Amino acid sequence: MSVHALRKSASSSFVFVGIGLPIEASAPAYQSHGTEGSHLTNITNTKKAFPVLAVNYEHVRKPFEIALWILLALLMKLGFHLIPRLSAVVPESCLLIVVGLLVGGLIKVIGEEPPVLDSQLFFLCLLPPIILDAGYFLPIRPFTENVGTILVFAVIGTLWNAFFMGGLLYALCQIESVGLSGVDLLACLLFGSIVSAVDPVAVLAVFEEIHINELVHILVFGESLLNDAVTVVLYNLFEEFSKVGTVTVLDVFLGVVCFFVVSLGGVLVGAIYGFLAAFTSRFTSHTRVIEPLFVFLYSYMAYLSSEMFHLSGIMALIACGVVMRPYVEANISHKSYTTIKYFLKMWSSVSETLIFIFLGVSTVAGPHAWNWTFVITTVILCLVSRVLGVIGLTFIINKFRIVKLTKKDQFIVAYGGLRGAIAFSLGYLLSNSHQMRNLFLTAIITVIFFTVFVQGMTIRPLVELLAVKKKKESKPSINEEIHTEFLDHLLTGVEGVCGHYGHYHWKEKLNRFNKTYVKRWLIAGENFKEPELIAFYRKMELKQAIMMVESGQLPSVLPSTISMQNIQPRAIPRVSKKREEEIRRILRANLQNNKQKMRSRSYSRHTLFDADEEDNVSEVRLRKTKMEMERRMSHYLTVPANRESPRPGVRRVRFESDNQVFSADSFPTVHFEQPSPPSTPDAVSLEEEVPKRPSLRADIEGPRGNASDNHQGELDYQRLARCLSDPGPNKDKEDDDPFMSC
Amino acid sequence: MGSRASTLLREEEIEEIKKETGFSHSQITRLYSRFTSLDKGENGTLSREDFQRIPELAINPLGDRIINAFFPEGEDQVNFRGFMRTLAHFRPIEDNEKNKDPIASEPLNSRSNKLLFAFRLYDLDRDDKISRDELLQVLRMMVGVNISDEQLGSIADRTIQEADQNGDNSISFNEFIKVGNFLIFCIFGNMNYYLT
Repeated sequence: MSVHALRKSASSSFVFVGIGLPIEASAPAYQSHGTEGSHLTNITNTKKAFPVLAVNYEHVRKPFEIALWILLALLMKLGFHLIPRLSAVVPESCLLIVVGLLVGGLIKVIGEEPPVLDSQLFFLCLLPPIILDAGYFLPIRPFTENVGTILVFAVIGTLWNAFFMGGLLYALCQIESVGLSGVDLLACLLFGSIVSAVDPVAVLAVFEEIHINELVHILVFGESLLNDAVTVVLYNLFEEFSKVGTVTVLDVFLGVVCFFVVSLGGVLVGAIYGFLAAFTSRFTSHTRVIEPLFVFLYSYMAYLSSEMFHLSGIMALIACGVVMRPYVEANISHKSYTTIKYFLKMWSSVSETLIFIFLGVSTVAGPHAWNWTFVITTVILCLVSRVLGVIGLTFIINKFRIVKLTKKDQFIVAYGGLRGAIAFSLGYLLSNSHQMRNLFLTAIITVIFFTVFVQGMTIRPLVELLAVKKKKESKPSINEEIHTEFLDHLLTGVEGVCGHYGHYHWKEKLNRFNKTYVKRWLIAGENFKEPELIAFYRKMELKQAIMMVESGQLPSVLPSTISMQNIQPRAIPRVSKKREEEIRRILRANLQNNKQKMRSRSYSRHTLFDADEEDNVSEVRLRKTKMEMERRMSHYLTVPANRESPRPGVRRVRFESDNQVFSADSFPTVHFEQPSPPSTPDAVSLEEEVPKRPSLRADIEGPRGNASDNHQGELDYQRLARCLSDPGPNKDKEDDDPFMSC
Repeated sequence: MGSRASTLLREEEIEEIKKETGFSHSQITRLYSRFTSLDKGENGTLSREDFQRIPELAINPLGDRIINAFFPEGEDQVNFRGFMRTLAHFRPIEDNEKNKDPIASEPLNSRSNKLLFAFRLYDLDRDDKISRDELLQVLRMMVGVNISDEQLGSIADRTIQEADQNGDNSISFNEFIKVGNFLIFCIFGNMNYYLT
């Protein structure tokens, strides 16, 4: 949101009000620095006993309060997940708002002024991490495939909402009995534009927990991100107009131009910073530790720069994340990638928590002006306009889509249009000269509460009831990669045969341009020549190998990173060919047993460990594959005496010794204790990077294993967790491998 | 070329093609003019060289396979009917819902026919299995020359292991469907939108 609007509220700074601790403050220590004279005079004048213990609250007040708030927020979050039933029924955002209400009430009771969600704090500190997290992990393919639909919903849908609501509210205000005849059209339109935008924070918070299918998720989520440009333009337009009081055609035309400038400009700024970040990451091979910082800082600069020019900061952030991701991930180390991922998720999680709590507190604090008719009408109109908008637009869009949007999809898209903190902050930014400011704020808060509580709570049972398609869980599969690429080539070729320059043709052109020109500049070393398929495969094997080394299946004398690439000269210890083959065989053997499904895309904020049902790997199939594998291994194994190496061609193999290594039952099961059903948000999963084991169990499905399995699993988990999360002082030097995307 | 197109293609032919493939009238005429523009020899059929002259196919890694897909078994020329028949696979998915006639054969753009088409692009020898070698060939085409045979071999092995369920070290049609299923539905349908 524009910072220029924030200048009006320059008086508001970071106001964190103290909780009124009774303090015994002596002369603050820092004030007497450098003033020896006064100190001496102090001593000569009044000889006090030297203070052994003194309390100096003012000194640390601001950071202390900030830390305290954040701690409170996180403790609340912790608390929710300890109560099993609660988080299943009530989405976290609701609980946090309630907590905020309680805290606000508490503060008021004490007699202090509860802090309000300061807009500057919100837009500059709390919002960017969430958007960056969303943008960096945006699933590109579904997004680009549906970008037309998303844009239609974001732009036209928001415009429709704004005007419909503004217009009807104005009509309402004209009615005498309401008593609001002072409200003019522009004020209503301004209000409409504030409250019409779907909020990414709220959408993320709620949709995280319902695991809806990818199409609907990306539609609602993409819409919430892209409508920022529209919101910015409309808000500024109507603010200016309502000051002046009249609108000319020229103004409208300029508004339209402004929209394009704001959105495209934001994207451009983001892309520039993205390329800068990618270019910088090319040279970071000797300073791995600061790699994540580049990603964060460049993105934040992109956001701030675009805000500076009154462009859409959200779109800049998204563009920056999307542009820099493929190149940065080809350049940075494994640990840097992990760091980036976890920091982003951590920050966005904290931000979201704080936002919702503050919403609650602000509700208690803010000046309210209640007008039943206005507020109720606003809520109803929000719903109505959203539903009408979605239905109408889908009707048009479906004419152009191949995969049509079904009624169920439409319903979820309409029902998922939640409003959130952005609307509140925009309302809060309205200068006090607006006579209706308090009324608007009250109405906005009511709408937010309604959407978050009512819609947020009921969307999950409704999804179940309507049997809407859920997200397809799939682990990254080399088959999928190959077939996707295959089909891309195929369809590009067929487009060529038809003489038609369509979607695939241009995608292919972009890819080729990327390969020949862009990658050369942005990717370090010789990696830019690596075909994507090979990169994907290598990363997959690397992940698996690391996991197997950690869990002890591979002998630990091997270096923890295994190079499968023969074309690049690398300064890491090479494994002998035979060993490499052996490792590959073992990895593939592991794969046989590893048919567990895993969430492959980590764009969800609460990347969580989903304890899915295990595959029923039948004993027969297992044995057959073991035999197959044994046959191959027998060709390559040289040394290990404890492994049975049957003569080539002999199919009878011993299973006893192998059972230790390969059978599903004795795999170290990595088992998470889950107090609540699978969708526990915010359990940031360390297992994300590694394929899960087949014998994973979920508590709710009833333990099918035995206790010893679980115990072993716990130990292994801890070992795994330690290894994966602990950077270790020495490992940084060796860790030269560019890392993988998940 | 325009006038030639409309005079050489008779109405009955258009109707037949329409019934067989499901393309609309305008699509058929448009594709016919494309057909004739490709047909340098002007003999009403296309040869492999005609296809190879298309620049997009020349740089496409799968260019040869795509060209082969147009030519029926063992033949060197394809007429317009055959051309359309192959292209019909790329229309949006139709599973014979509208036409409940049990006698009529499945439309060319049904799910299984699309999958079969894609499968056949991998499976050159038509033994209904994608063997390791066939997979290697495809991988080699897509990946280029810089990668060693061993690496490709291990990728191929892993691919087969992921997909293979009956242990015959190759990917049968059913296994292929399971693995590549959802992709094909999404991707395969999109092209036709532009063929209006």
